[in-house]
Amino acid sequence: MKRNLILAGVGGQGLLALAAVIGEAARSLKLHVLQAEVHGMAQRGGVVQSHLRYSDQPIHSALVKEGTADLVLSLEPMEALRYMPMLAPGGAVVANVVAFKNIPHYPEEAAIEREIRLLPNYRLINAVDLAKEAGAIQATNMVMLGAGAPFLALPIEALETGIRTVFSDKAEAVIETNLRAFQLGFEASESAR
Amino acid sequence: MPTRLLLGNESLAQGAIDAGLSGAYAYPGTPSTEITAYVLRSHQAAMGNVICAWTANEKTALEAALGMSYGGKRAMASMKHVGLNVAADPFINSAISGCHGGLIVNVADDPSMHSSQNEQDSRVYLDLAMMPCIEPADQQEAYRAPALAFALSETYRIPVMIRLTTRLCHSRATVTVGQPSRRNDFSYPEDPKRFILLPALARKSYAKLLDRQADFIRESEASPFTEYLEGTDFSTGIMACGTAYHYVREIVGDDCPHPILKIGQYPLPNALIERMMSACDRILVFEDGYPYLEGKLRGLPVRTSPTIHGRLTGHLPRTGELNPGHVAKAFGIESPILNAASAVPSPRPPALCPGCPHGDTCNALNAVLRSGDANGRVFSDIGCYTLSAMPPYESVDTCVEMGASITMAKGASQAGLHPAVALIGDSTFTHSGMTGLLDCINENANVTVVIVDNLTIAMTGGQTSSANHRLAEICTGLGVDPAHIRIITPLPNKHDENVEVLQQEIAHTGPSIIIAVRECIQTARRSRPKGGSS
Repeated sequence: MKRNLILAGVGGQGLLALAAVIGEAARSLKLHVLQAEVHGMAQRGGVVQSHLRYSDQPIHSALVKEGTADLVLSLEPMEALRYMPMLAPGGAVVANVVAFKNIPHYPEEAAIEREIRLLPNYRLINAVDLAKEAGAIQATNMVMLGAGAPFLALPIEALETGIRTVFSDKAEAVIETNLRAFQLGFEASESAR
Repeated sequence: MPTRLLLGNESLAQGAIDAGLSGAYAYPGTPSTEITAYVLRSHQAAMGNVICAWTANEKTALEAALGMSYGGKRAMASMKHVGLNVAADPFINSAISGCHGGLIVNVADDPSMHSSQNEQDSRVYLDLAMMPCIEPADQQEAYRAPALAFALSETYRIPVMIRLTTRLCHSRATVTVGQPSRRNDFSYPEDPKRFILLPALARKSYAKLLDRQADFIRESEASPFTEYLEGTDFSTGIMACGTAYHYVREIVGDDCPHPILKIGQYPLPNALIERMMSACDRILVFEDGYPYLEGKLRGLPVRTSPTIHGRLTGHLPRTGELNPGHVAKAFGIESPILNAASAVPSPRPPALCPGCPHGDTCNALNAVLRSGDANGRVFSDIGCYTLSAMPPYESVDTCVEMGASITMAKGASQAGLHPAVALIGDSTFTHSGMTGLLDCINENANVTVVIVDNLTIAMTGGQTSSANHRLAEICTGLGVDPAHIRIITPLPNKHDENVEVLQQEIAHTGPSIIIAVRECIQTARRSRPKGGSS
């Protein structure tokens, strides 16, 4: 078993927490884990991405090689399209459809969606609506974690434990909101297949 | 043994704490910041009374670490690659004086300039300082590196550099953590005269440092971070430094027919290099950063046997960080046909946060300096406000290195530029702006210095600023006329009065200071009391 993931988003969207949950879940299953993340300047509303790899066999490179990503999981629609050359043949794209517009010339949203819909394996989720339904817009990242879960080859329970570990310093109500968001994302993703 | 999912920086910090660290000093800078941030929040470090502080700059960090080492304790200073330029004086001279307790200099290079103005390779400094260096290849090695570096440092009484690169600093892996060892007790150096670098004494210490080079090379050859892996196909031999080793492993797999020399300690392991050079027809060199090893192997004039291939010969890109795709290509492995890059996405550069106080300061600057036939220039510095170079603000004209705003504005004003405005943040001002301001005062330079005081070191994530709410007092103390130290609040509803203050101080002949005080909205948001919901 081996998974190469590209996690995509914009600085401030909670991408590192999303990566941390998957990483923790993989670690708890005693898998080999490597995860490259972006810190510093780009976090100021710029492009952020994380390369996340895990396997039952030793892995070496923290960076995913072009053309080998099993999944591009994106918190933002345009950001998903940035990583097309990373995607393996038949790889999946799971993206939030709600655009994050902090640049003057954001492309036409219909064009983004059209391009994603040309892919053989994609799921488009309104993660913001589902996060609100779960109780907090900040849980958008956990909705997308749920939406990506069918492609992660990790048991749902391990991901839920990962959420509890990563948010262990938060109030129980916050953890519950995140778990609910995860569940809603998972259900939406499965019904979007 | 317990395992944890740690960044390379965090692994190194935990490794240092477990190796008997007593003091950690640093100025924050991407990609090095998380080393010291980890020590600061470590319960284990706090229980052990480990001294840990954000210092005014990298030079004061390294000097403090050298002082703690003088007292027999294990200490480290951490910085980004360009921080080593600031700390170059203590770095090079502490190799001559030597240390007493173990002393580590952690330097994080940023190939590809993810968050930096250059991609200088700190290994080049090793040739200047002639001190040993460990370059971990992965997070587990980053955990082990401090114990080895402290031991090496105390054996030879020499500081040891640990060189990291962005990808290791900011990648997480499962790390097995060991048992903590005891911290050193206070002790005096056995030969205190070697810390007096007067010429007569320095010559002796320098001769000793030169004598030690052969020992350092032997240590590199025997290092657990260096490994010669035998092969059967000698048409190509592979040399890989630090993290590059793992990109090679990723591509060639576990049963590579070629011999591989994994290099993780400097000075370079001569005997192992010679062995591979004499056995192979061609050497393929993988290293992140400059072609440091490759250049030495090629020699002058360029050797013809064996052939050396790497960044200097186009087999790998000359600039930027390595990735597995580059390594595959160097081995002649063609990439599968990739999905085409999409033409739809627009660039999304980092930008000032909505509501950032710097935005309001820049709007005021633009009203004065970017309207009509304004001939003025804004000399900026390093910090979040540098992002105002880009649209929609386009407020600043320069950004070269820490502290250059004030001194460049001074020089330009003396060349005839007016208005000459410097834009500098609170922590950059205390890092290396204060001395330049003193020059301005002594020369009565006609500059207007705008200090944007957001009460934190914002760009690296909100570390404690050495300015600590005392900027007006510092400027008064340096000798600025208090009538020309003006405090403004960068808010949209204060725009008109802020513009007026700027105009008045630009009209004043001589140095003047405008301090724009408003807390960074990121730190303000975090410190706000939490409500019931998330």
